Amino acid sequence: MTALKCLLTDASAAPPFVDREQQREAARIGMWVFLMTEVMFFGALFVVYFYDHRLYPDAFASAGGRTDLWLGAGNTAVLLVSSLTMALAVRAAKERRDRALFQRLLLTMILGAAFLSLKGLEYSRHIHEHLLPGGSFVYSPSVLAQPAELFFYLYFVMTGLHALHMIVGLAWLAVLAVKARGDGAGADLFTPVEVAGLYWHFIDVVWIFLFPMFYLVRGH
Amino acid sequence: MERTRGEGDLYRVAGALLLLLSVTVGLSFVDLGRFNFAAALAIAAAKALLVVYYFMELGEGVDAVRFMATASLVWLGLLLAGTLTDLFTRR
Repeated sequence: MTALKCLLTDASAAPPFVDREQQREAARIGMWVFLMTEVMFFGALFVVYFYDHRLYPDAFASAGGRTDLWLGAGNTAVLLVSSLTMALAVRAAKERRDRALFQRLLLTMILGAAFLSLKGLEYSRHIHEHLLPGGSFVYSPSVLAQPAELFFYLYFVMTGLHALHMIVGLAWLAVLAVKARGDGAGADLFTPVEVAGLYWHFIDVVWIFLFPMFYLVRGH
Repeated sequence: MERTRGEGDLYRVAGALLLLLSVTVGLSFVDLGRFNFAAALAIAAAKALLVVYYFMELGEGVDAVRFMATASLVWLGLLLAGTLTDLFTRR
């Protein structure tokens, strides 16, 4: 558990670490090891997508035209800006500017919540348009219905897992924001904020690839 | 030694990311045939690189971190290469 403590709190150097800097590097390496497993986790789904895209290019272009390009692009912009505010939060944590840290974490969370709200709006639209794979899936032209259902199956699974990661990230940032404002005032939150930042940016990177795969694949 | 970059750099990186986003959206309206998807993925890769290098500060700190990032790409590359080789050569 002591190893996990550095994700949430100011952990002053504890054995086996000789100093805080070494402890910080260890936390950073640990997060990258975790992100490596995340690359494989999402990577398997990416491979499935590229495989099916190659097999059914017409159906994927057709189905890709059914997602809302502007909502997707807007959401991408929201997420990119949230990465900026997160990077700024890390900078504030490093310089121990608690007020700026709190504000920047809060701003990142607001942008994250905005992203999830827009995603929810999209989901409800797709479900309304019978694009949720399963018994109620309806697609025209019907010759493309089966591979188009595959497209939307991948869409819901991949964006859903991405959203799940964002919810975890939001909870993590909430704990850090409370610490920056309340009991942790004056504490050095650099390591936990930096490691949370790595996680947040990684989620952003996943979305950067999901955006062209599900919104920019369309026929002309 | 750790270099501390100014916050201005972070804003410029974000500006570049938003610029690339508008380029990729704009390109999706131009008919490039099968290159549309390739171009969109290439721009995504450029954006990912900016985020990883500047926001995740991959260039700083110990080598182990860069090793980890590279290794994950190599594993993913093996997975992709193996699968796609089968797909592209099967007739």
